[in-house]
Amino acid sequence: MIENAPIRRLIAHLVLILGILVVAFPIYYTFVASTHTLQTILRPPLPLLPGKEFFANYWQALFGGIGRIGGVGVDRLLLNTTIVALAVAIGKICISILSAYAIVFFKFPFRMTAFWLIFITLMLPVEVRILPTYKVMVDLGLIDTYTGLTLPLMASATATLLFRQFFLTIPGELVEAARVDGAGPWRFFKDILLPLSRTNIAALFVILFIYGWTQYLWPLLVTNDNQMNTIVIALRKMISFADADTEWHLVMVTCVLAILPPILVVVLMQRWFVKGLVESEK
Amino acid sequence: MSPRVTFPNKILPYLLLAPQLAITLVFFYWPASQALYQSMLREDPFGLKTKFVWFQNFAKVLNDPNYLNSLKVTVVFSASTAIIAMGMALILAVMADRVVRGRGIYRTLLIWPYAVAPAIAGMLWLFMFNPTMGSFAYMLRATGYNWDPLLNGNQAMVLLVSAAAWKQISYNFLFFVAGLQAIPKSLIEAAAIDGAGPNKRFWTIVFPLLAPTTFFLLVINTVYAFFDTFGIVHAVTGGGPGKATETLVYKVYSDGFVNLILGDSAAQSVILMVIVIALTAVQFRYVERRVHYG
Repeated sequence: MIENAPIRRLIAHLVLILGILVVAFPIYYTFVASTHTLQTILRPPLPLLPGKEFFANYWQALFGGIGRIGGVGVDRLLLNTTIVALAVAIGKICISILSAYAIVFFKFPFRMTAFWLIFITLMLPVEVRILPTYKVMVDLGLIDTYTGLTLPLMASATATLLFRQFFLTIPGELVEAARVDGAGPWRFFKDILLPLSRTNIAALFVILFIYGWTQYLWPLLVTNDNQMNTIVIALRKMISFADADTEWHLVMVTCVLAILPPILVVVLMQRWFVKGLVESEK
Repeated sequence: MSPRVTFPNKILPYLLLAPQLAITLVFFYWPASQALYQSMLREDPFGLKTKFVWFQNFAKVLNDPNYLNSLKVTVVFSASTAIIAMGMALILAVMADRVVRGRGIYRTLLIWPYAVAPAIAGMLWLFMFNPTMGSFAYMLRATGYNWDPLLNGNQAMVLLVSAAAWKQISYNFLFFVAGLQAIPKSLIEAAAIDGAGPNKRFWTIVFPLLAPTTFFLLVINTVYAFFDTFGIVHAVTGGGPGKATETLVYKVYSDGFVNLILGDSAAQSVILMVIVIALTAVQFRYVERRVHYG
């Protein structure tokens, strides 16, 4: 700061606190709602402090035994979503690090063709090819399978471009030195490239985990069976304002459980998250 | 880029590329080409005959008042979302740049919404503002305001924009903070020595130097509002009431998947594809510039 102006700093703090209140409030509100009884929730306004039903509600939602969305429990939904998020993140990293490796460290016919084929997928998000992609999934028998939920999400240009950009900064001398020492392509990849890419991989992992966890349109298209729902889709099926016996307190619990894991990942891996975000979007 | 040192293998690179290219061809190029092809076909109502009609579907879609309405809805929605999300984020980032103590804590508390799925962001706001049990809806009604986003199109739009912008604040905040940190302190100090006050410094130095970040975020936010907000619309309003919140992507989905008008839906997909290509081109041209001018 150039001027030492305590009042301006105080204002800054106040604005930030106000901002945090706005940003955090919807999440807090849902958490509070998840700790009250159904009757309290249905009689607005909702109290500002958490109620006494925390354990009862969470216990019932997690182990209550009553499957609420077509016989599927929250544990199954969380498992599905975790599988999707992890598979998408890990699969995408593996696939794209390999193709970036090929493009940067090898010379072969159609190298640039391959690069452009990958690059152009940036311009073909699911949203612009909904129906034909669905048809492909049906033809391949991938509806209601984990493969169907994850495989098509694994190919995308962003991760490949990120790795390519990073690989291009690796000095050629390093490759030469490795070759002089008799290291083949696999050895170079495993012993030099992977260790060097560690932070990039961690950063990308956080971003892709969130990406996988928050998918909506894709799981909506390729799952019919409630057993295969992700938690986000299941929540959408749970909320119904026309329905008088929607169990809102359990909806709120499910909602909290759906947003908690990605929030934990973002907050706990904040350093990599910020790095991954700022770098992968360039 | 200088000629790189490479490995001499002939087959290996193809094997390395195979997984990505296979997925790309099967799930991206094949469906996209199908969309292009289908956009020029028309099926009779019973799905028995298909006819090749060239650009008739496009003409039909572009003259359809419903489509034009949906275009208008999307533009209003995207512009409001981008402006609100970026404005709030810029204010917060500038304030965070000013404080010394507690910066880390503020950042940690502000990045939460990034982790929330758009559809869930919509639901959170719906919990607070739905007329049956939302506390804020209750308060609004207590003041005599007739609040019902499930019946009133404009109010539904306000709700969607709030949820969409709320979710995007964290993202913009992080980029603005990074942008602010990249501005050399010496420039600001020099201006201060020349007698420029904090406001003047902000508008004549900081804000213009943030222009690349702002422009980049504008593109990203537009893409977000166009495409990633499908979940919000689907979970909160389902395009209603009436067609007041039917965005372009939502219309592709409902025409193709719910109403099964394949030709129209495909033509809309192709139009969307053109929009994405334009946005991506803008984004990459700009990235090129940023590399040069730092």
